[in-house]
This record gives sequence, structure tokens and C-alpha cells, in this order.
Amino acid sequence: MRHSISVLVENQFGVLARIAGLFSGRGFNIDSLSVGETIDPDVSRMTIVVRGDDRILEQVMKQLNKLINVIRVVDLSKEEHVGRELVLVKVVANQRDRAEILSITDIFRGKIVDVGPETYTIEITGDENKIKALINLLVPFGIKEIARTGRVCMGRGSKSIKV
Amino acid sequence: MKRTGAEVFIECLYNEKVEVIFGFPGGAVLQIYDELFGSEIKHILTRHEQAAAHAADAYARSTGKTGVCLVTSGPGATNTVTGIATAYMDSIPMVVFTGQVPTPMIGNDAFQEADIVGITRPVTKHNYLVKDVDDLPRVLKEAFYIASTGRPGPVVVDLPKDIMSAKTDRPYPNKVQLKGYNPTYSGHLGQIKKVAQEIVKAKRPVLYTGGGVIISGCHKELLKLAELTRIPVTNTLLGLGGFPGTNPLFLGMLGMHGTWYANNAITDSDLIIAIGARFDDRVTGKISEFAPHAKIIHIDIDPSSISKNVKVDLPIVGDAKNVLAELNKELKQLKAPPQTRDWLTKIEQWKKEHPLKYNKKSGKIKPQFVVEELYRITKGEAIITTEVGQNQMWAAQFYKFANPRSFLSSGGLGTIGYGFPAAIGAQMGNPDRVVIDIAGDGSFQMNLQELITVVQYRLPVKVAILNNRFLGMVRQWQQLFFNKRYSSTCIHCAPDFVKLAEAFGAVGLRAEKPEEVAPVIEQALNTNKPVVMDFRVDPEENVAPMVPAGGALKDMILV
Ligand SMILES: Cc1ncc(C[n+]2csc(CCOP(=O)(O)OP(=O)(O)O)c2C)c(N)n1
Repeated sequence: MRHSISVLVENQFGVLARIAGLFSGRGFNIDSLSVGETIDPDVSRMTIVVRGDDRILEQVMKQLNKLINVIRVVDLSKEEHVGRELVLVKVVANQRDRAEILSITDIFRGKIVDVGPETYTIEITGDENKIKALINLLVPFGIKEIARTGRVCMGRGSKSIKV
Repeated sequence: MKRTGAEVFIECLYNEKVEVIFGFPGGAVLQIYDELFGSEIKHILTRHEQAAAHAADAYARSTGKTGVCLVTSGPGATNTVTGIATAYMDSIPMVVFTGQVPTPMIGNDAFQEADIVGITRPVTKHNYLVKDVDDLPRVLKEAFYIASTGRPGPVVVDLPKDIMSAKTDRPYPNKVQLKGYNPTYSGHLGQIKKVAQEIVKAKRPVLYTGGGVIISGCHKELLKLAELTRIPVTNTLLGLGGFPGTNPLFLGMLGMHGTWYANNAITDSDLIIAIGARFDDRVTGKISEFAPHAKIIHIDIDPSSISKNVKVDLPIVGDAKNVLAELNKELKQLKAPPQTRDWLTKIEQWKKEHPLKYNKKSGKIKPQFVVEELYRITKGEAIITTEVGQNQMWAAQFYKFANPRSFLSSGGLGTIGYGFPAAIGAQMGNPDRVVIDIAGDGSFQMNLQELITVVQYRLPVKVAILNNRFLGMVRQWQQLFFNKRYSSTCIHCAPDFVKLAEAFGAVGLRAEKPEEVAPVIEQALNTNKPVVMDFRVDPEENVAPMVPAGGALKDMILV
């Protein structure tokens, strides 16, 4: 099963290397990892998507907690949460396909953020299913490039993850 | 007041009450060595940085204080890696200071630059590169705090050369503030009550205790618990000394080369109480058949140890000393009489059926006999360090330890070359005790340059080489599982250890017949010089009994 884990870390150099090293050293699989500053510049928040059974997940959480620079670890998959990813897709857009690509993008509430002589660059935000569906529809036109942020997550309601 | 980084470093050593450090100088740590020159800190110059790290580790194991090691950048730093990994696997509090090239040169492949923080990240509890001298006092304080608290472990602090001459007026802090680090020391009372209930119900309980007992210093509480409940005790390799080796409730070591009766007890048990032990594969054997009938209680300070290898029914996170004290209180209140009489009778039978044994009538020196004689003559009171392999297992099986912090051995990493430098650290920390490295001829050759260190500092360390002229443990596996094809394990081409000792200015002694063993030991113990004892033991003696790799404890081969 896939789990989305939110991790608050001290915003210090080397922290990412510690976390990456922990996963590679212990053979845990990361599906995606995203990181950015929180409102407190000394603290960063990571969202790590990992795959594994309950036993592996328990170890992932405990091992993360063991790192000195890690402040909090929460498995958001255990509660109601929203998860989003931002994706940029550069798709081949010939004159005759342009209208169709535009309407697909519209339906998915995406945006064309760059137009080239032969390409559109589409920005789309959403959960995994939505992004997968859009990409599947774009494949026939020819996808030249794709860049994804990885999933970011937050619990629903007023509860929050704090230091 | 403004001080240089090097001055802050010395201030830190005084503040942390460091009496001795082990190290080796070089270009990147010149300022520090210059400050040390006039200080009251004792510095032991080993002849290899690996040895400095092992010595600091053993100083910590034998005293409970944090071991300190200081080396230069690049090769000096990389030479400590085996020592750091050894300490990490066995949870030993140690701080290793490495020199580094000046901060503007970091990343440029400068002369003697190595990314030691990157290299040691997976084998340290934490590590630091100090990039600003104003951070130095805080980092030094944190390093000692992290190394010695919670589940202890090594911390590396990388000190660029320019930081050591830069000046700061930041004071040395007396407290640390770490958002992400807050070990749990007292166990959950509700859980402790439940454990007490399980204990009074159990018919065939076993206490399985590890290095955590030594680290937390709860040997007295453990003895009380065992005697109160009449529950037998088995130790892991690192747990030896945590329970008196001569106590009738003691089952010896468990696991691959543990006793038959300890392994039987685990297999038949209905309740395992694990204390400061981590269910290592050398202990459990085939995990699916480990203690199949037992409920498992696990007391440990490290939550990640719990349910890592074996599913635990009742976990308690906390310092074993606090937890056992509470547990004993709880048990006393319950006033339930122990129910283990039948269980202990059965175990007594097992002990008689298959004790640890070896052929005493071969006419050759058996390595086990050497260890037994060492035990008899030192009355179990010596500090024993070991190398790794057969020597280590025989030391663990045949030396009955009376006290904690007396058996120093590389358990997790299994580092040959550990024992001799470890003896240096142990002797520095315990000037009045007898320190003996029980060694193999192969292992001893991995760090024998340290003979000059023990001579220089007049450390009366004794080395007992169980000289079988093989890399014995590897040979044993080749004999049993590779059809006696002794590929690269025969080391007949060896130095004359007696002459070697003499060349360094130490004493060399040799025993070739069983009747020479005791006189050699007596002679070695009667001099206050360092001594190398070359015991010419039966070359193809094997360690028994044995659980084959991947086998279950119940499938132990007795031979
Ligand atoms: C640094 C290192 N290299 C290799 C090994 C593998 N190893 C384990 S036991 C052993 C044999 C050591 O031989 P010796 O010191 O003669 O000890 P004996 O087993 O004969 O007592 C070896 C090579 C190891 N444990 N550590």
C-alpha cells in the first residue's frame, strides 16, 4: 500500500541527504518526495510517498523519527487528507490538434502556460487519478517532456501538524 | 571573551570532563594539537587512526563515559570509519573529531579533503560540519549530548582548519535545545503493570538481555528481578557481564554459538522478556521459528528496535534501569510466588545433558582450555577484549563474567582488529584492572602496530593469542560447508609473536603444551609490562555447538 508521510525537519543543509540515505540504506522505496519551507524559515516540510506493508511503514516512521533533524512524522494516509501534485507537460500541438488539446486542458481545469510553434506546455494540478487521466489523453498527441513536483498533502479540517 | 576555535575545543573537553583522547595528528588539526600541547588533557598517540577510534570506543564501553577521538582530515578521517561503524552497531557513546580543509576550499578536491560527513552519515547517530565558528560551542555541546543520551552512538564533528583559528565570543552552553530529539526514559506505567501480570502468569519464562543492560547500568535491577521471580537469564554477546556468570539462573549466551540449553529454553518458552536486546539474526536464527510458543515483551530505549525483526506483544519504551526498578516494585506488591520450579528443573537437566564441552584429553592445548585458565586465574574479574571469530566465541562461552563493562567485543559489525586497540582504551579507563585481549593470530595482525603504543604509555595490557595458524572461524565454515577447501584461510606464514613482542619492547611468552598454559598466564600477570602470549592451540578445533546459518535455534548441531 502507498502512504503519504508528512515530515517536519529542521531547515539545515544535509537533511535531505540524511533522509535519502535512510531510505536507500534500509531498502525502503520512495515513490516521490517533495520539500519546501514552512511559515517558519527554520523548518521545512517534506511529503514522502512510500510503498510498503504495515511493518515496513512502522519502521519507516520510526527510523525517520530517529534522525536528530526530524521534528515530526505523520502518516496522513491514516486520516482524511487532501493530496495534490503539480505537473508540467510539454505536448506536441499541431495546428489541427490545437483546439482539441485546449478543450481537454479546459475540462481538466489545466492551463496552457507556454505556447511554442509546435508545442503547448500545460500546467495541471490534482490528485493522482486526474493527472493520470489527463496524461493518457495527451499521449496520442506526443508528449515531449514531463516534470512533476511529487505529491504534497495536508490533513482535512482544523487539525494541523506543528512543531 | 573571544577565543579561537581551537581554544573553544579545549574548553569543551574540560567542560565535558574528558580526561583522555585518542588520536593522530596532521596538517588540518595543527591548531588543535598546539592547544593540546599545553593542556591537561591526556592524549594517546595510537599508530593508526582505526586504533584510536577502537580505543575511544572501548574506553567508553569499559567506563560508561564518552570516548573521544581526534584525527586529521582526508586519510586520517577515513581511517576511523571502521571504528565509527563498530561503535554505531553496538550503540557506543563516542565523539570523533576530524580535521577538514579550510571552508573556502571545501568541495574543490583540495589536498587531503574527504567528505567525512557524507561518508559517515549512515554509521553515525548524528554528524556535523562546522561552517561558522559562532556555531562551534553549540555544536560541541550537542555532539556530547547526542552521543551519550538515549540510545548512545558515535557522533562525528568535522572541523575545518580556518574555523579553528577564527574567533568567537559565544559561550560554551550548558544546555542543549534540540527540537527533534527527546529520548523517552521512563516506561509507561500501565504497560509495566501488564508486564508484571504476564510474568506472574508465565510457566516457562526467559529473560533475554543484551547490551542495553550494560549501557543503562541496570545489572542490579536485573539480578533482583531474576531472583525475585526465579526466571532464568540468557545474554546476548554484548549482554555478557550484565548478569553474574556463576549464578545458577544463568543460561550463558544464546544464539548461533550459544548454549544448547539457552536455545532450548527460548524455543520452549511461553514468555520472553527481552531487555536492551535487538533480536539480531545471530541470536534468533530462523526468525519464523524463534520462540514459537512465547509471548514477547520488549523493553528498549529505542522505539525503532521494537517489532523490527520479531513482532512484539508488549513493548515498553524507556531506560531499562527505570523500567526494571518500577517492574520490581510492581512485582513485590503482587506477592505472587514464582511458578518456575518445574521449568528450572527441566533446564537443570538440559544443562547436565549437554553442557559446553571440549576434549580435555587430547594432549594438545585446546583454545577453550586457555580461556578457562584465564578465567580461573583472574577469577572472572579481568576486563576481556576480544577479536572476532573463534577466539571471540570461546571467550564468550568459557569466561564467566562477574561484572558489567568487562567484556568488550565487536558484536554488530564483527570487526577483527578491534580487540587489541580496545585493550588500550580499556586500560586507560581502568588503570587498576587486568586487561586481556583474547585474540586470534589473524585478527592480532590487523592492528599489531599498536604494540608500540602500549609500550610507549606503559600500559600493562596482555594479549592472549589463540594461535591456530588459521583464520579459524572462516576455516570452520569452509570445513563444514565448503568441503574443507581452505581457500585463503591458512596463515602458517606468520611472524614469531614472541620475537615480535620483544622487537617492540614488550614481553613475549609461548606455551606449546597444556601444562605450560597456566605458568605462562601467571608470568604474564605478574609483570606490569605489556605481554603477548602465544598459545599454540589445536589448529582445527571448532566452536560448538552451532546453529547453521539460516537454521532455527532448535536445529542446533552439538558436535
Ligand atoms: C575486518 C574484518 N575482515 C574480515 C572478517 C571476517 N572474519 C571473521 S572471523 C575471521 C577469522 C579471524 O581469524 P583469527 O583472528 O585467527 O581468529 P580465529 O577465528 O582463528 O580465532 C575473519 C577473517 C572480519 N570479521 N572482519
